[in-house]
Amino acid sequence: MPLIQRRKGEEAEKASSSNERIAPDASEDEDRKKKELSPKKRKKSAGEKSKWSCLDNCCWFVGCVCTVWWLLLFLYNAMPSSFPQYVTEAITGPLPDPPGVKLKKEGLRAKHPVVFVPGIVTGGLELWEGHECAEGLFRKRLWGGTFGEVYKRPLCWVEHMSLDNETGLDPPGIRLRPVTGLVAADYFMPGYFVWAVLIANLARIGYEEKTMYMAAYDWRLSFQNTEVRDQTLSRIKSHIEMMVATNGGKKAVVIPHSMGVLYFLHFMKWVEAPAPMGGGGGPDWCSKHIKAIMNIGGPFLGVPKAVAGLFSSEAKDIAVARAIAPGFLSNDIFRVQTLQHVMKMSRTWDSTMSMIPKGGETIWGGLDWSPEEGYLPSKRRQRMNDTQVSSESGTNNSSSRARANYGRIISFGKDIAESPSSEIEMIDFRDAVKGQNLANTTCRDVWTEYHDMGIEGVRAVAEHKVYTAETVLDLLYFVAPKMMARGSSHFSYGIADDLDDPKYKHYKYWSNPLETKLPSASDIEIFSMYGVGIPTERAYIYKLSPSAECYIPFQIDTSFEGEDEDSCLKDGVYTVEGDETVPVLSAGFMCARGWRGKTRFNPSGIRTYVREYDHAPPANLLEGRGTQSGAHVDVMGNFALIEDIIRVAAGATGEDLGGDQVYSDIFKWSEKINLAL
Amino acid sequence: MGSVLRLRKLCYVEPVKFQSFGSIKNAEKQQQQKERIVSEVESVVQKNGRDDDEDTTRKKTDKGKRKIREWRCIESCCWVIGCLCCVWWLLVFLYYSLPAALPGFQPPMSPGARLGREGARALHPVVLVPGISTGGLELWEGKPCTEGLFRKRLWGGSFTEILKRPLCWLEHLSLDNETGLDPPGIRVRAVPGLEAADYFAPGYSVWAVLIQNLAKIGYEEKNMHMAAYDWRLSFQNTEIRDKALSRLKSTIELMYLTNGCKKVVVVPHSMGVLYFLHFLKWVEAPPSMGGGGRLGWCAKHIKAIMNIGPPFLGVPKAVSNILSSEAKDVAVIRSMDPGVLDSEILGLQTLEHAMRVARTWDSIISLVPKGGETIWGDLDWSPEEGHGCSLAKRRTPQFSGNNKNSNHTNGKTTFSAMKEPAKYGRIISFGKEASYLPSSQLPSVDLKELLLGSPSTISNSTCQEVWTEYDELSRESIRGVADNKVYTSRTLLDLLRFVAPKMMQRAEAHFSHGIADNLDDPKYNHYKYWSNPLEMRLPDAPDIEIYCLYGVGIPTERSYVYKMSPTGKCKSIPFRIDSTAEGYEDSCLKGGVYFVDGDESVPVLSSGFMCARGWRGKTRFNPSGATTYVREYQHRPPASLLEGRGAASGAHLDIMGNVAFIEDVLRVAAGATGKEIGGDRIYSDIMRMSERINIGL
Repeated sequence: MPLIQRRKGEEAEKASSSNERIAPDASEDEDRKKKELSPKKRKKSAGEKSKWSCLDNCCWFVGCVCTVWWLLLFLYNAMPSSFPQYVTEAITGPLPDPPGVKLKKEGLRAKHPVVFVPGIVTGGLELWEGHECAEGLFRKRLWGGTFGEVYKRPLCWVEHMSLDNETGLDPPGIRLRPVTGLVAADYFMPGYFVWAVLIANLARIGYEEKTMYMAAYDWRLSFQNTEVRDQTLSRIKSHIEMMVATNGGKKAVVIPHSMGVLYFLHFMKWVEAPAPMGGGGGPDWCSKHIKAIMNIGGPFLGVPKAVAGLFSSEAKDIAVARAIAPGFLSNDIFRVQTLQHVMKMSRTWDSTMSMIPKGGETIWGGLDWSPEEGYLPSKRRQRMNDTQVSSESGTNNSSSRARANYGRIISFGKDIAESPSSEIEMIDFRDAVKGQNLANTTCRDVWTEYHDMGIEGVRAVAEHKVYTAETVLDLLYFVAPKMMARGSSHFSYGIADDLDDPKYKHYKYWSNPLETKLPSASDIEIFSMYGVGIPTERAYIYKLSPSAECYIPFQIDTSFEGEDEDSCLKDGVYTVEGDETVPVLSAGFMCARGWRGKTRFNPSGIRTYVREYDHAPPANLLEGRGTQSGAHVDVMGNFALIEDIIRVAAGATGEDLGGDQVYSDIFKWSEKINLAL
Repeated sequence: MGSVLRLRKLCYVEPVKFQSFGSIKNAEKQQQQKERIVSEVESVVQKNGRDDDEDTTRKKTDKGKRKIREWRCIESCCWVIGCLCCVWWLLVFLYYSLPAALPGFQPPMSPGARLGREGARALHPVVLVPGISTGGLELWEGKPCTEGLFRKRLWGGSFTEILKRPLCWLEHLSLDNETGLDPPGIRVRAVPGLEAADYFAPGYSVWAVLIQNLAKIGYEEKNMHMAAYDWRLSFQNTEIRDKALSRLKSTIELMYLTNGCKKVVVVPHSMGVLYFLHFLKWVEAPPSMGGGGRLGWCAKHIKAIMNIGPPFLGVPKAVSNILSSEAKDVAVIRSMDPGVLDSEILGLQTLEHAMRVARTWDSIISLVPKGGETIWGDLDWSPEEGHGCSLAKRRTPQFSGNNKNSNHTNGKTTFSAMKEPAKYGRIISFGKEASYLPSSQLPSVDLKELLLGSPSTISNSTCQEVWTEYDELSRESIRGVADNKVYTSRTLLDLLRFVAPKMMQRAEAHFSHGIADNLDDPKYNHYKYWSNPLEMRLPDAPDIEIYCLYGVGIPTERSYVYKMSPTGKCKSIPFRIDSTAEGYEDSCLKGGVYFVDGDESVPVLSSGFMCARGWRGKTRFNPSGATTYVREYQHRPPASLLEGRGAASGAHLDIMGNVAFIEDVLRVAAGATGKEIGGDRIYSDIMRMSERINIGL
């Protein structure tokens, strides 16, 4: 209390002293007089000092800051725009010409129309109809852009981003639609480019809107549903036809990225399929309209990350965040329950299921075997340095104690992940009774399907210990029955024994390269372009969450680290070579082996090329995300990749580019896979 | 609690102390200075022998003032800025935390929501065709001065680049003067998609309100398409350069197919109306010149064309724009503050630059009045004559049928009240007298003789940087132009050919402004006639409904009084609107411009005539007898500032926010026919004016 009183006294002081400024003889306040008698004598200027009251100071300070800010802003705007480049060049030496400029000098010009197919997450989504809480957001981006709404009204945002849990389509009263045009995915956020660099370089050799097309689609929907709801596939078909027609019959070069690769596979089957289910384009549509498909970072065979995402809605990044700040993501203080909300939302997105690993144990390895086995992250580095003889590194391999069993995509506990399969005691979870609903009502607002499993169900899952690519599917059916029921009518994950089986005419097989034939169009060229040299998630070690009540009952066990620096195990995740998201196996196998030559998946013998881009991190901060990056999204700014694309768009063939360009062991690994072709 | 208080106290006291050190030093310095000054003052005062007592009192007040002076200038500046910023932030914060709907303030329900409740649902796909200058343009390739502007808007958006690099901006917006296409090394392209023209500048909506209301009844990107095109090009060139017509055709076909074979409702605005007329002809024409959609394409794919503010027969504004790059607004600015626009002090030469750029845009020529004297009137006659400007304010709507009688009386009263009947047919007259003298007293000079007689140019080199075609005209010929005194819409074309030969040469390969005598003449298969409703037939599609939707009740430029510019040393635009020419109070002459009824840009005659008469019933322009409707919207200015641009505006652009208009579009898009939305709805004299026009149908 005394404190408050004193403050009041001071305030009065100031008030009166300001009075004094105006009328010097206004000093009736006797209290103040008594107090101030001595200081007045001691320091005459103290009177002036008190005139700077707190409020004035604040204002003064804010004013200064604002002025400086404006000054800087003004300077920044007045600065010639080439200044940053000048600084960069002064530091790092002259930059190489961007590929567009370089190739323009070589005389390349726009020739074939170009179609971009964006991947999952990178395309913007905008609101066309919403509930009341989304007032004023009409045609504003909810996904992509600044994500400002996530902070302003998080629950509203989650509600609008979710799809219907039963149908996988719009919930009633909400219409969220993909942004169209090049703006859909040129930048994901301000300053974070996705397609922008490629677009800018293509523009240098003469491309513009009439010869470039962004096939934006709602990446949350299953592929066939984009046609059912938005007629997206029809629009793409019509647009490609129009571009080919208006560009003098030059066939289109298609550049899908990430999930767009699968989407375009689906499109190629759809467009030639007869009308009610397909686009009715006739059996030679693809050969008439498509010159080349340049898949960037294509997850042809799925990505293990998708499993972790669906299973516990976390990937390496989140697991690391949890390890650094335990309690932050899982505590209830802020009533955020972030992960649960994210999980609930993302489980309504059918498209995530298109990326579950396909091909089962044949491709991804069994309990004791995997195509990548013997991979050491250091090995590549050594080879790059060209100091080691290959035989030596071979012995290195066999001697390494902790051999990673990549086939075990999910294992509970590190010892389980490492011990031979005979020692693991697996208890079948499939028949386990799903226990009583353990969710108490307080958790209901963030409902996830885990609450229906009950404690017994959760325990049964943990007791099965190890899951391979095949059993992981059963696991997902067990933990997320609704989602998988929706998903299994749109996607399939097997390997076809007999591709002529009429059941493979159904659209659910169209996006699985192991269950479809490529169209009969021997002129098409298929490129598989992806970055290598970055550790990529391949298998996970899980544990039960400490308090399973309101939370996702499983989480990645980040306490497990490999024994030495060379180990692939870090923070509970086994990593393998890839582009940070897609392992090399998934991105490269189809082009390296599955479709190479005339195989049963590629009956017309379409030529395939594997183009790998070795990752080199940006040399300094000024370079931004680098021009030699191999990361999943950043590879779109890789000059070598852009150059390849421009050359093909300007008319070159795969042979002109130099055929395969391989840094990884993809051919060796592909050989190990025992798949009848 | 205690700790928090302590913390606050710390914060409270600390800056004060910190600040005080600086101010103490300053204070001491100033103290010294002032004492010196005061002593000087004292000595002076003593010398002057003034009273000592008075002086001491003054000293006291001095001291009082001195304490205030402790606030040095910069600091008080900072303080003021700080205060402003704080208040600003506070207001912004309050604004954002404000609930969207204030209790008490009930915004009227949007027509989309109301119709949605009535059960209207998206049925026919909708194609929006923007007009001139409302569509955004973005840069795809430029000169070095545009570094960093790749795929940024040069036109539309915030227009910041004009201020930053005006000359560069002008250079990139110009087209090639010979070809009317891109200059070498520059590619500026239309922004595609709905964002091309939803907002022209931030907060200035064009299509946004309509789009939002369409979305309320279920429209979205898949059944709504913005046919953006580069509005600077002539219509056929948009196809040659950008394949814009092919893209539009393909999109309409796609939307027709994917929406269950529902025909398309097209909503063109302003010049988009002419563009779509061109499209209608193009799409059915055989391939080399046209789209090869074969006859019947329109009948198969199009349900209705809802023309908004259509300048079917051109606008007089386009003439003044080409001639002297000014319109009413510019003339008013000049009259209010003469010298701003002409001054060369800043080296701006704004109008000259604007003229040079605008003259490379072929599309403007499509807006030059069409139909010559038959439509726009000659020296002594015009269809609008007798129009009284003061009476154009408010009339009761006349619905089809019962409009004749009341109208006639109305017209007569205005006619008798007029002291100087405006001769609207004289679109350009030099001097106020020339605008109303009987035609027999006017001199007539043949422009063609002038053209032959004067090849000499007198442009001095200093003016070369802002080159306009006027520099190639000799002074005599300019005077000759002015001596001719009066131009009607027929002689106007000669005038334009004379003053802007290059532009007209380019553009006349793309546009035509006559009236066809015989539409079967094979020459009318050429694309240059496709955008002139008087030289084309509507496609053979009796089911299409054609609407003319436009605002009325706003004075609209119809003809101009010109004068010669005072000659500067650098010959600039030699003509300008004589803004001193004013009529009587009731007169339609204001600031050198004669006004008629219209929507501020397009006179009623131009927007209504085709639907009211030219295409009504089976005529030679409309052989299949497609139904036409005229829907006028009486202008009502916004009642208060809160309403923004008003929900009942009739102005050329603001009509896109007119509630009645939006409702009409929505109803038609949801399946209604013209009869169902009420047939004609007329406030102006359009029917009577159309009757006066003597044209063979």
